[in-house]
Amino acid sequence: MNNLRRKLVGVAALLLLKPFAALAAAWNKDAFGAKTPQDALKGIGAGNPAPSNDLAIEAPQIAENGAVVPIEVSSAIAGTTAIAVIIEKNPFPLAAQFDFQNGALPYVKLNVKMNETSDVRAVAIAGGRQYTASKEIKVTIGGCGG
Amino acid sequence: MAGAMKMRATLGSGYTDVRVLMTHPMTTAQSNQPLHFIQNITVKQNGKAVVEAQISQAISRNPVFTFRIKGGAKGDKIEVSWLDNKGETSSIEAAVA
Repeated sequence: MNNLRRKLVGVAALLLLKPFAALAAAWNKDAFGAKTPQDALKGIGAGNPAPSNDLAIEAPQIAENGAVVPIEVSSAIAGTTAIAVIIEKNPFPLAAQFDFQNGALPYVKLNVKMNETSDVRAVAIAGGRQYTASKEIKVTIGGCGG
Repeated sequence: MAGAMKMRATLGSGYTDVRVLMTHPMTTAQSNQPLHFIQNITVKQNGKAVVEAQISQAISRNPVFTFRIKGGAKGDKIEVSWLDNKGETSSIEAAVA
């Protein structure tokens, strides 16, 4: 009896969980599957972003370990609603996209893997326009095998 | 193992600083292991989504992120959750200190 009850509870739990999985937030498969920085940019709707000095990338010039490269991106462009990070020479260049709303500041600090020395490009979206800045990070040991 | 999280939410000058650590293998297509990585992250402040992130396998193993939310007050409820490519999820909640 107890066993049956446990099983029924288990099934009920699974049924309850399913709809949540179905509600899974969107993941931009095309952009993340892109194999060139140009296709990644197009994938996030930023085919031809304008260079901007108001988009700052803080990162080491040389990363000894490509498996953990700390990168900080912040935008001083008014009305920034999204920031994306593209590692140009990674097998799949788009690393992340962050959408900001309800008071979140256009700022993020993250750790990324880098396969080799590469330009790291930040893209900001503000008022429907796209802006970009980039910085080269030299990598001693690649970090994509992890 | 994927799951456990740690978070610290503190007040900075004019903003709330949210530092979060996720336990996750974040394996890539280049490794010899099955592709397993977090795809979506949501940060909420008092129940309202403030940051929605989509991330790839290029985020380091056991991801660490810092986010900032304008203003905020002690006691604000911050919640961070993730969803990976296998449908696994985890979340953590803390009050701003």
